[in-house]
Amino acid sequence: MDWSSVLIDGLLATIGPITAAYAVSAIGLNLQFGYAGLLNFGHVAFMLVGAYGMGIAANFGAPLWLGIIIGILAAMALGLLLGIPTLRLRADYLAITTIAAAEAIRLLVRSSWAQPLTNGVFGIQGFAGPFFALNPFPAAELYGFGDFVVTGRKLWVMIVGWTVVALMTLLIARLIHSPWGRVLKAIREDEDATTSLGKNVFAYKLQALMIGGGIAGVAGILLALEQQNVTPDAYLPKITFILYVIVILGGAGTILGPIVGAVVFQFMFFTIDALMVNAQANISWVGDLLTPAAAGQVKLVFVGIGMMLLMIYRPQGILGNREEVLIDER
Amino acid sequence: MSRRARFAWFWLATIAIVVMTPLASIAAGESIGGTLIQKIDDEKVPVEGVTITVTQDGTEIGSGTSGADGKWQVPVDDAGIYQVRLETSTLPDGVGLTDPDKAELSEVKVREGQAKKVIFPLGEATVSTVSTYSRVGALFIAGLKLGAIIALSAVGLSLVFGVTGLVNFAHAEMVTLGAVAAYFFHASPTGPQWPLVVAIVPAVLVGAAFGWLQERALWRPLRNRQTGLVAMMVVSIGLSFAARYLFLIFFGGEPRAYPDFAGQPPFELFGIAMVPKQLATIVISLIVLAGVGLFLQRSRSGTAMRAVSDDTDLAESSGINVNRIILITWILAGGLAALGGVFFGLNEAVQWDMGFKLLLLIFAAVVLGGLGTAYGAMLGGFVVGVAVEMSTLVFPNELKAAVGLVVLIIMLLIKPQGLLGSKERIG
Amino acid sequence: MNAEHPMAGVPAQPGVPKPDPVLVANGLQRSFGGLRAVDVDHLEIPRHTITSLIGPNGAGKTTLFNLFTGFDEADEGDWHLNGGPLAGISAYQVARKGMVRTFQLTKSLARLTVMDNMLVATKDHPGENLWGAITGGWKTTEAANRERAVELLARFGLEHMTDEFAGGLSGGQRKLLEMARALMMEPEVVMLDEPMAGVNPALTQSLLTHITGLRDDGKTVIFVEHDMDVVQEISDWVVVMAQGKIIAEGLPGDIARNRAVIDAYLGQHHGEAAS
Repeated sequence: MDWSSVLIDGLLATIGPITAAYAVSAIGLNLQFGYAGLLNFGHVAFMLVGAYGMGIAANFGAPLWLGIIIGILAAMALGLLLGIPTLRLRADYLAITTIAAAEAIRLLVRSSWAQPLTNGVFGIQGFAGPFFALNPFPAAELYGFGDFVVTGRKLWVMIVGWTVVALMTLLIARLIHSPWGRVLKAIREDEDATTSLGKNVFAYKLQALMIGGGIAGVAGILLALEQQNVTPDAYLPKITFILYVIVILGGAGTILGPIVGAVVFQFMFFTIDALMVNAQANISWVGDLLTPAAAGQVKLVFVGIGMMLLMIYRPQGILGNREEVLIDER
Repeated sequence: MSRRARFAWFWLATIAIVVMTPLASIAAGESIGGTLIQKIDDEKVPVEGVTITVTQDGTEIGSGTSGADGKWQVPVDDAGIYQVRLETSTLPDGVGLTDPDKAELSEVKVREGQAKKVIFPLGEATVSTVSTYSRVGALFIAGLKLGAIIALSAVGLSLVFGVTGLVNFAHAEMVTLGAVAAYFFHASPTGPQWPLVVAIVPAVLVGAAFGWLQERALWRPLRNRQTGLVAMMVVSIGLSFAARYLFLIFFGGEPRAYPDFAGQPPFELFGIAMVPKQLATIVISLIVLAGVGLFLQRSRSGTAMRAVSDDTDLAESSGINVNRIILITWILAGGLAALGGVFFGLNEAVQWDMGFKLLLLIFAAVVLGGLGTAYGAMLGGFVVGVAVEMSTLVFPNELKAAVGLVVLIIMLLIKPQGLLGSKERIG
Repeated sequence: MNAEHPMAGVPAQPGVPKPDPVLVANGLQRSFGGLRAVDVDHLEIPRHTITSLIGPNGAGKTTLFNLFTGFDEADEGDWHLNGGPLAGISAYQVARKGMVRTFQLTKSLARLTVMDNMLVATKDHPGENLWGAITGGWKTTEAANRERAVELLARFGLEHMTDEFAGGLSGGQRKLLEMARALMMEPEVVMLDEPMAGVNPALTQSLLTHITGLRDDGKTVIFVEHDMDVVQEISDWVVVMAQGKIIAEGLPGDIARNRAVIDAYLGQHHGEAAS
């Protein structure tokens, strides 16, 4: 096994467009979970709805920019739809409803019933042309140094992706450092106390859910543009839980946490995968225990275990404040 | 031929074969392909226009559509493991998979340079041959069966919520564990290969033991650390995720049926076709659920459980050992979920994410009946089961999950405390 | 008690009308299951006074608080603040109308600083709606609020804790913070649910001083309390509840001698092992 190539591939994946899309989505989840304390266990559904909103609009002949706006609005509308019945109730009800909705919506767009609109399992293609037409870099040209290179096409997606990350981070920073953000944090701490101070807690939670959902919609659109494809099976439930690990790892309720989390997570995810595949091929007892396909799934077991261990032993993540967490445990 | 016999023969005798003819043009590269043929009474009919999708770890590699001769082929880039799925929605009317669970083959191994052949056995779809009465009746029975499975699985979730306040998202994996454990004791070549009726017992014990282990090793220590509820739910979802992928790794991705009672021929009762194992599932579940009710009403632990559910502090101050009651609840929940899992596996198939697929319906049932109430979960389970099966009269089968979600949301809008819950615990 | 007691001359009987009531309730009922937690025929709370609400555990005091402040829904009845109906008004609006409460278990916003705790408690902050937050232009209001918060924190002796997390305060300090925070809302009526519960006895006196200070500022104070000595010391008027009903009202001195109160309240209170 060539470790330097593994490292280079890992680093390329870490700064790649997928990481950027995950970081964007995690920024949305962080607003909901980290700042407002909302347990949205179906975050991937907002990404799906964003991407499909764009794809379907494009199918009807809408220009790409309009499709993107429709996608974002559709993702926010999903927040409204799921928030209204649940946000007046205990935190559990939002968690239950969102986790159920994520899977139900994926199965819905995948079904033959919805096929006229969503093209079922095949998904929607042919919308990304205008996006790549804007690419100033020759698509096939290589950029970088040594083995550390990306194509012009990928470079374009990366630049757009990380620009969106920066913009979303600025948006969140502005919101969180405003009195609006302070109310949101107050709600996370104690809903009754915040209500007793004259705040319409339900409205704030709904706003956070919708804005976070809209941001996830942007992430879903980024993924779709990168893949030039919107298919239901690109939005599996596991993405939600990967995003939770990213948010907690980086530091829930911190501005830069989602970015740090996404970068560190992607690098670890890639490295663990390379290690497992290597071990499966070269270490005989691992090879006996695991098939190649199974070895490829080990990284997901680590996602689950990582989620538990982080939440138990380092809930503040990389950037969070230990003192804050200790207060929480009183 | 009687309708009953025909019903059986559709599944047993109409088998489609896939004959492989690798296309010369792309024979050099790796590919996956086959021929879709429907066999009706010894007559072989190629099936045209059916789409087959090849994916790898969730990424779509390509798809192909069968031609007039039934042939299809999807080129793949490399040797490796692929998932091949027949899109059932693209099957022509009257054609169905002989085994509906085999629409997706999750471990198709392609060697270097190989044109891999895979088979999707096709038979006659049965929808058109039955009267509305028998169709509604059969769906009702299927709904009761699904309801029984949901109810068994949901009671434990609701009881645990009652005594600890935790919605355990890993409950779904307790369902899967029961089904997988039964498969091990029953059908695994490395297991003891007991008959299924015997294998249920150790499977339920494994489930109960897992409930015990979770409480002792995870939840009680977390409660002692005063971990918040939101953090605990995140931990439970992490546990669910880790467990689910462990099942995938060690059980594999393909659905497997228990050899016992597989392909059981249906019989007719009051003009409604049903399979004996459906009835057995319903009857045994009802007996077990009645037992749970009796336990809650009559036994000391059961009454204590209800007391802890109502008011933990009050229960504690009146001398109830709350930790012991919580432990018993977890053991009971684990056992019941495992039993639900075995029944689920018996009626459908054992699969790594079966519990997660059921989770949505379990939640719908629990919310419908009232979160934290055992009887609510039972009632909700049956209502959701029947509603979801009956919905296929109007909506396509694929929308079952969406129906479950709609039930859940409507209930939250009109009566969030559920049918049997009290208003005080929702806010 | 001084001679010009504000409530002098008001007869000591349940449901008695008062000269200038700020809060009036009629036929208020709330049941849980079969249990009638609150069943109040008529109650008037006099303006600019300290009214204490006493009664044994389970008498319905906190439930009555919850009903008044919109944290619970009444089955029947109406109640008015300054003549304006409050039934069916949600809790956050009740707070905005000038009736602010505290909680029995102190609800400090733990992972916010003491200053942020204070700054959350405002009524019409342009930066608290989404549009204002994004476009800005809320800095002036913020500066004015901050000035007020500094004053209040100084008055409650918390100025040295301004930048600490509220979760790091002692129990007594949290009670003070909760009171100071309630005042940020510029309320007309302050409802304190057992402000002395769990407070170090050394701090009790300072808390009492602050409570009388609220009245001297022109607020109306309603507070729930168990300790008769405390009630005797600072109340202008006492309302006694038992089993959801108001069984007695009167001046503190009258209440201490009231037979029904001694039976219902003290008798049961002494009989209870755990409280």
